[in-house]
Amino acid sequence: MDSAFVIETIIKILIVLGLFSALAGFGTYVERKVLAFMQRRLGPMHVGPYGLLQVLADGIKLFTKEDFIPQGAVRPIFMIAPVITAATAFIAMAAIPMFPEFTIKGYTVKPIISDINVGLLFVLGVMATGLYGPLLAGMASQNKWSILGAARTAIQFLSYEVVTGLSVLAPVMIVGSLSLIDFNNYQAGGVSEWLIWKQPLAFVLFLIAGFAETNRTPFDLLEHEAEVISGYATEYSGMRWGMFFIGEYANMFTLGFLASLIFLGGFNDLWFIPGAIAILMKVFFIFFFFLWTRASWPHVRPDQLMWLCWKVLMPLGVINVVITGIVMMF
Amino acid sequence: MSGLEQFRDRNVSQNYYKVKIEPYPKSGWEKFKRVVKRSLKLELFVGLKITLLEMIRFNIHTIQYPKEKLPIAPRYRAVHKLLRLLESGNERCIGCGLCEKICIANCIRIDTKVDEFGRKVPTEYTINFGRCIFCGYCAEVCPELAIVHGPDYENASEQRAHFALKEDMLTPLDKLKEQKEFPGFGAPTPAADRLIKKTPLAY
Repeated sequence: MDSAFVIETIIKILIVLGLFSALAGFGTYVERKVLAFMQRRLGPMHVGPYGLLQVLADGIKLFTKEDFIPQGAVRPIFMIAPVITAATAFIAMAAIPMFPEFTIKGYTVKPIISDINVGLLFVLGVMATGLYGPLLAGMASQNKWSILGAARTAIQFLSYEVVTGLSVLAPVMIVGSLSLIDFNNYQAGGVSEWLIWKQPLAFVLFLIAGFAETNRTPFDLLEHEAEVISGYATEYSGMRWGMFFIGEYANMFTLGFLASLIFLGGFNDLWFIPGAIAILMKVFFIFFFFLWTRASWPHVRPDQLMWLCWKVLMPLGVINVVITGIVMMF
Repeated sequence: MSGLEQFRDRNVSQNYYKVKIEPYPKSGWEKFKRVVKRSLKLELFVGLKITLLEMIRFNIHTIQYPKEKLPIAPRYRAVHKLLRLLESGNERCIGCGLCEKICIANCIRIDTKVDEFGRKVPTEYTINFGRCIFCGYCAEVCPELAIVHGPDYENASEQRAHFALKEDMLTPLDKLKEQKEFPGFGAPTPAADRLIKKTPLAY
């Protein structure tokens, strides 16, 4: 292993870590603004021009807040749980090709930290491991709201893992590879080659399951204030709580990249738009869609969530896979 | 229906908008049909359209409070003011003590003396804003329109007493030009002339 490769990888890791931590902060700003505009409000306005420095103020507040651990909590698990959430969110990004290859002074850079041939499986697997963050946090907190939140986490994440797996199975069958770069290259022929036209149902299922796995509004039962205070995060404060937050937003971006790569043509050039900008537009549209639904739709009840998963989405996913298989056979 | 019956029936005969609720589905098949119907109507996207249109219209209702303020009603009852006569600059308060007597929270305290011209003038006029309930009786009862309710509702301070002494409430002599004939609580209404003319003279 030559040293240039090691240095390149370390630089990529640092860029991904730094950029997505900052993007998580900026994401909160965008979220507040978009929600405010949709509700005829202005959102943050006082810190900096148009409230842009609100992110910085929030960061200072999070970093300087007291790191509080309740007396009855299981200390080591309580302390490590937020790290699991943040770490898995960032590890999942290792196998995602963010941009097309580009060249700096004759040196070709692949904007992917590790091009493994089971990229999709790795990303979904690591994102699923993120389940342990909220679960352990809730169980270690010695708080009834937390344990309720943890229980909801377990059922929600495990159930929707099934839907995610089934929904991406059909595209995987068509492409015949688990590498996200292969997915991207398969859709290189322009908008008509996008997998969303061949697998519209899989796209909808993947998006719904994505909402559940990133804990976004129609399915944000884990920390539903009106029912379980703040769910698994009730006892957390300061930067430990911030790590849950960063993990959630990093997951949103990961999901945006995944949906763009699998269904929406990835980083191929779109008409006159270069590929790098095209994928950014797709990711930010999906991010905006997350916020848009949060402003528009109410929550569902936990029993409705389970009903939707096991009685509607999973059968649809299985039917989709079967039909895809039959069509591919003939 | 007689007038009295109508009056008694007023709560149930209002024009309420009644929401049409379809009968609840009984069998599993009916439930399934309802789910399909609701899904195909794409109600979710109607919700998305509404929020997006609101965002594009950008019809913001926020008032950025310290910079912008809502106009308050002229008869709003905030921290009191003691007024002066506009021409001479003399204090209007004649120290009659009516406000002190009528105050139901017992929070006004006046000390008076007789000055060199033989007039009674207040030396101290304090209101305990810890007890004042801003009922407005003092402004209502004042025969000289001397104590009135001002429009300044921003009374955040280290102590409430910062607004309560005579020199705090009294119009300063150099600001006499800016003192307006107060339209607020305690002042005669704009229609006072007409109303007084209609008052019968013989009881």
